[in-house]
Amino acid sequence: MELLDIFITLGFWGALVRMATPLIFGTLGELICERAGVLNLGIEGIMTMGAMVAWMWVYQGGDLWTAVLVAAACGALFGLLHAVFSVYLGLSQHVTGIGITLLAASLSYFVFRMLLPDVTTPPKIEPFKPFAIPGLSEIPYIGEVLFTQSPLTYLAFILVPIVGYGLYRTPLGLAVRMVGENPMAVEAQGIDVHRLRTCAVMLGSAFMAVGGAFLTISVFDAFYIGMINGRGWICIALVIFASWRPGKALAGALLFAAFEALQIRVQQASSAVIPYQFFLMMPYILSILAMIVMSRRAAYPKALLVPFRKGER
Amino acid sequence: MPEVKDTAPQGAGAQPVLRLSGITKRFGGLTANDAISLDLKSGEILALLGENGAGKTTLMSILFGHYVADEGHIEAFGKRLSAGSPKAAIAAGIGMVHQHFTLGENLTVLDNIVLGTEPLLAPRRNTAKARRRIAELAEHFGLSVDPKRLVRDLSVGERQRVEILKALYRGARVLILDEPTAVLAPQEVETLFTTLKTMVAEGLSIIFISHKLNEVMAVADRVAVLRLGKLVGDFPIAETSKEALAEAMVGHAIEMPERKPQPLGPVVLQLAGVTLRNEQGKALLDELHLLLCGREILGIAGVSGNGQGALAALISGLALPDEGAFEILGQPVKETSPLAMQEHGVGRIPEDRHATGVIGDLSVEENLILEAAGSPRFCNLGFLKGGVIRRNAREKIERFDIRGADPTTTTRALSGGNMQKVILARVLSEQPKVILANQPTRGLDVGAAAKVQELLFEARAEGAGILLISEDLEELLQVSDRIAVLYQGRLSTPVAVEEADLKTLGLLMSGHGEFQRQKGAHGHAA
Ligand SMILES: Nc1ncnc2c1ncn2[C@@H]1O[C@H](COP(=O)(O)OP(=O)(O)OP(=O)(O)O)[C@@H](O)[C@H]1O
Ligand SMILES: [Mg+2]
Repeated sequence: MELLDIFITLGFWGALVRMATPLIFGTLGELICERAGVLNLGIEGIMTMGAMVAWMWVYQGGDLWTAVLVAAACGALFGLLHAVFSVYLGLSQHVTGIGITLLAASLSYFVFRMLLPDVTTPPKIEPFKPFAIPGLSEIPYIGEVLFTQSPLTYLAFILVPIVGYGLYRTPLGLAVRMVGENPMAVEAQGIDVHRLRTCAVMLGSAFMAVGGAFLTISVFDAFYIGMINGRGWICIALVIFASWRPGKALAGALLFAAFEALQIRVQQASSAVIPYQFFLMMPYILSILAMIVMSRRAAYPKALLVPFRKGER
Repeated sequence: MPEVKDTAPQGAGAQPVLRLSGITKRFGGLTANDAISLDLKSGEILALLGENGAGKTTLMSILFGHYVADEGHIEAFGKRLSAGSPKAAIAAGIGMVHQHFTLGENLTVLDNIVLGTEPLLAPRRNTAKARRRIAELAEHFGLSVDPKRLVRDLSVGERQRVEILKALYRGARVLILDEPTAVLAPQEVETLFTTLKTMVAEGLSIIFISHKLNEVMAVADRVAVLRLGKLVGDFPIAETSKEALAEAMVGHAIEMPERKPQPLGPVVLQLAGVTLRNEQGKALLDELHLLLCGREILGIAGVSGNGQGALAALISGLALPDEGAFEILGQPVKETSPLAMQEHGVGRIPEDRHATGVIGDLSVEENLILEAAGSPRFCNLGFLKGGVIRRNAREKIERFDIRGADPTTTTRALSGGNMQKVILARVLSEQPKVILANQPTRGLDVGAAAKVQELLFEARAEGAGILLISEDLEELLQVSDRIAVLYQGRLSTPVAVEEADLKTLGLLMSGHGEFQRQKGAHGHAA
């Protein structure tokens, strides 16, 4: 049976882990924002911006790791912009988020064209190379799949427990969870609600931008228009799927990536019988189904979407 | 014992722990606090009284730094308090239990208490130490709660203990309690007062807001009265009386409406052997028999949580009985539908006005037509009739004495009492045959409560049967024609109010006495 063949090929599992990486960054980022009570629909644009900025940094001769930092800083900056409107001014988080996406995506293409007006085929850079972790990568089968990956993939996986620890075991994480539940409770304990939410949104946005950067400076070696291709929106769905928990977010990202990796391979295997559009659709349909099953019990942060205005009731 | 870090000098001439000078706060055109100056002495309980909307919460919010005063300043323990900063207030030893609790529902009790007490950037939380300290405080002040539980699973009384613990955990020397007893059952109020007395004995000072004059007379050392934002009185408790306080609050003597006996109308609501279970199969209502006639008020006493919610859900059309017969005006009720209930002629005054009574973000005029928005009176071919709706609002505001409201005011900005009047205006103008009044005077000032009772009497005179659910026995004895007690889903046989006495009712409320077993025990001779 062909389907089984796919599951036993190592290429499938490697692709799965690789495809999950940007989703992990994006989902963790969105999760941090939403835990603080702010929906960040700017994610799609912020990922595009991260992708472009990191690529451009390397193209202009910068170092790969600095490129990651630059992308993160850029993401944080757009996060700040989102926070100014949706947190400080208390405007609609939906409208502001869509605005940020449009702005950040268009600005990325604009800057790209400005700096490289004449090229027709996207120029290439030297991306991150897979890094084989000594020892672990020599384990038969799984070593090659799991421990011979881009350093950014390792970073994504390490961030999951770190974010989990941060949210549940540190005073700051407690404050972030509380501000997403009841901002008044945070204010009544003497913590500045606006500042806290802003910091959370900036951090989350930085994660998103690194997710975008992974695409241009690790998987591919070029930046082109439309390359985020809805990954940001998937992350928004994954946060709900994950019931706002980092561990489940990882599971969700892996599941979606599995559908995606499977889709490519099934499409190749079963030639003309089924139209290929069907396979493109598959990950989305399966994730909708998974969402229906999973998210019924989801306990969303009570104050998500609710702006806090001091001195009003 | 928790360490007591401050010992302010005691006795006459001692410096006050708090000094408010000339506090003025305006919201748009409304002056919520008008040049208020007030001292709080060490080790005293100061009661703050005033009608709904008099500005009590506003004043306390300024003290705690939620709001910034337009004029005036505050000193705590002799030091000027920086305005608009809860952080500064906490640091100065002020703790506040808010009128609407400020708790995170999906977090544990411990999380709620500890929030903000550790440096935000510390790498880890020290929960073991926090747990020990909470246990100490809880033991010392008689405030038992399990720190591991989620707040959403706690009763109102427990939530309040968490709020008090929050303040104590931060070392509060002054505790502000904004209507702490409005949502408590009578025994819980007793426990709270014991706790307050312990605190005062330890040298804490307390500001206590309540609408219940009995409570004020029982615990306070001194009373300050606000009216329309002004401080109109400040007396030691020994030199005043309930009547004098009520008069100072409202500006004139309050007449409590009187119940006049009336001939009973036909049966409007009947429950026969009704059982209602929750999802786990536990019986919330257990073979309940109840008969309500027109022109009568049936009072349902009992500590909340004994089936009041289920009974209200039934009559509001949010649930159907699992067993037994449920009839309104002789018609069996067959579907779970609030709309159908409305069409049956049931008017509902829900328990939680903020959550289910009004839509806070809509204007007063919109809230006044919520239940009739589709009727031809207010709507034509799918379009609302703006002019009619505005006129309707003006008329209702006038007739029901809804203060501080224009037709276009956002309902959220109204004080509790006035919000309740909006609901009553909406419900009563539909001429309901059955009225479910669930805690209708909770949190209302004496004047507003009297007004609500008067409106209920009017509805009764027009033929409505009223089911009044309340925890306030005094109110029930004053308003009801018959009284029954709900205990663990069972109802006692209703007795005429003339034959009811506090002692028997009290015993019934704790489960001692006769509860219905068989059909027909609904207390009507007929
Ligand atoms: N943030 C706000 N914005 C606009 N108006 C407000 C605000 N807070 C309070 N008010 C208004 O100020 C007045 C005083 O309100 P406040 O809540 O202090 O009354 P209260 O004495 O606590 O009443 P209650 O007994 O009902 O709690 C009311 O008329 C209220 O509508
Ligand atoms: Mg108040």
